Amino acid sequence: MTGPTPTASGATPTEAGALATDASRLLEVSDLQVGFDIGPATVPAVRGVSFTLEERDGLALVGESGSGKTVTARTIMGILRCPPGRVTGGQVRFRGEDLLRLPESRRRTYRGTRISMIFQEALAALNPVLPVGYQIGELFRFHQGSSRRQARRQAIEAMSLVQIPHAARRAGDYPHQFSGGMRQRVVIAMALALRPDLVIADEPTTALDVTIQAQVMELLQQLLEQEGMSLLLITHDLGVAAYATSRIAVMYAGRIVETGPLGEVYPAPAHPYTYGLMESIRGRERESRTLHAIPGAPPDLTQLGPGCPFAPRCPRAVALCREVEPPLDPVGSAGSGRASACHFAAEILAEGVLEVRG
Amino acid sequence: MSPMFVLRRALSLIPVLVGVTMLVFGLIHLTPGDPAQLIMGADYTPEGAEALRRQLNLDQPLHVQYLTWLGNVLTGDLGTSLYTRQPVVDILVERIPITLQVAFGGLLVGVFAGVPMGVLAAVRPGSLADQVTRVISLVGVSMPVYWLGLLLIEFLAVRLALFPAGGSPREYGISALVLPCLAVGASFAGIVARTTRSAVLECLGESYVDTARAKGLPGRRVLWVHAIRNALIPVMTIIGLQFGVLLGGAVITETIFSLPGIGQLLIQSISQRDFPIMQGCVLLIAVGFVLVNFVTDVLYSVADPRIRLD
Repeated sequence: MTGPTPTASGATPTEAGALATDASRLLEVSDLQVGFDIGPATVPAVRGVSFTLEERDGLALVGESGSGKTVTARTIMGILRCPPGRVTGGQVRFRGEDLLRLPESRRRTYRGTRISMIFQEALAALNPVLPVGYQIGELFRFHQGSSRRQARRQAIEAMSLVQIPHAARRAGDYPHQFSGGMRQRVVIAMALALRPDLVIADEPTTALDVTIQAQVMELLQQLLEQEGMSLLLITHDLGVAAYATSRIAVMYAGRIVETGPLGEVYPAPAHPYTYGLMESIRGRERESRTLHAIPGAPPDLTQLGPGCPFAPRCPRAVALCREVEPPLDPVGSAGSGRASACHFAAEILAEGVLEVRG
Repeated sequence: MSPMFVLRRALSLIPVLVGVTMLVFGLIHLTPGDPAQLIMGADYTPEGAEALRRQLNLDQPLHVQYLTWLGNVLTGDLGTSLYTRQPVVDILVERIPITLQVAFGGLLVGVFAGVPMGVLAAVRPGSLADQVTRVISLVGVSMPVYWLGLLLIEFLAVRLALFPAGGSPREYGISALVLPCLAVGASFAGIVARTTRSAVLECLGESYVDTARAKGLPGRRVLWVHAIRNALIPVMTIIGLQFGVLLGGAVITETIFSLPGIGQLLIQSISQRDFPIMQGCVLLIAVGFVLVNFVTDVLYSVADPRIRLD
């Protein structure tokens, strides 16, 4: 892979300097805001999301459906549907260059080559009327100028890389002729074909059988390591997150409410929402076998009040929580990289969430 | 397209075609009263009626009549006209080209006007282009062929004298076919445009379009190779069905433009009570309809690989 294009527009380096952006950093998302124009109103789907990814790094974006994690991923990728989607603020810097300011013609050259995406449902994500070899080969043809014949050979190599048996013979088959696990491998082959620096995986194993899930995650993990690629994993499954990455960022109502190393967040969350999520996992391990659920439902993003969006479901919410939305502030020991958007983060970290403040 | 698929589809045509022949054969018996009397009308004499019954095999039991008739049809004998005494097959063969020319002309107008209009509308839903093509296709669909035909004759033939108002292409050349093709093509184009628009819109919303965009493919390629290839499948079905309708619609078109095709022949044979010709025309149109649908099915399996496995 080549480095960042030196012919960036004149304004960019100055701005990058002014914002003290590190061009060596792989991905820096800062204060990203995305809204959906629905009728006359703009519904905020992503409300100021910031995170960074280094080379050979991994981050899991965890949250319920509607928390804004997929919208964030699509915005980074540049495949958000606009309209109705619209980026209303923030930056997505890839090696220092703000992707959101690039014209579509240049943005396109990043997709598939330097940032790629693994989609959730392989059957829907693959074109039903084109052979899989052709679909993988398109990447080589359009980004590397390969001939059809070369592209076919390269597609077969990509299929072999993800361990699809008899790749040469199967390249001419259509997506419906593959099993679920093999189809997901085709999607992974496509994402890894051009050896991008960053792979965004949106629920890569959700549609698969549990036994196949582990296989596919293991393969993905191994290939990412082998090729030195970074992973941004979008998932609602903490188990998958734990498997593939070392850091997590928990999203709720369009914001990151807690972030930190998974090994530290899991045993001692610093946000009541994360606490609830972890409890629902731990419930499986307990003998009581009662299913722990967070009461209530995710908030309606069209009607967010001034306070913390989790307050209506939070066991320890007080008046302050309903009035002021807490910022994502560092918590825990310095240098741990932990942060939580809760007024009582320190207390929850120290003593758990069960006691309700008077 | 696998040969097995084509063979299976072809075999399934047999019962349909048998049904068609039964209905066509039944035409003469479905009309109330004595067929011989009906055919002769005012010229009825008992002796003449007896001779006619014998000529048409009407004195035989029904199944014998049918099998005899079917045997003749299969060997290419559709009988002779009761008036001109010409073999029906010869009359049909002379007239088929005109009907087919108008049908294919209408098909071309429908596809080459309808598909681009539909794609244009789908790419920017709600845009001016979408509104304009919506109005055009609505007018095309809503306007009956006989009315649009008359308008075309009035403006393009009578006032502007660009094309002949009617008549055979044998006399006036290809320009005699322009107005009929436009008249039948307009509603065809309207239907194709609406179907294309909704099919392309649906396909543009599919995940594989996101995948294609995520691969960094140019927008044009995403649209034409990934979305429209899939959208063609429902569009092809509509084109096939409409083409069949077009064959039947030849009756009206050919009457308005006085084109000597199958449709006009059918009308003439009805007014002259010339049963063998009537049967020949209806059989031809029905078989044409069945064959067009067969071809559509086969093309469908070419466009959509999922169909081949059944």
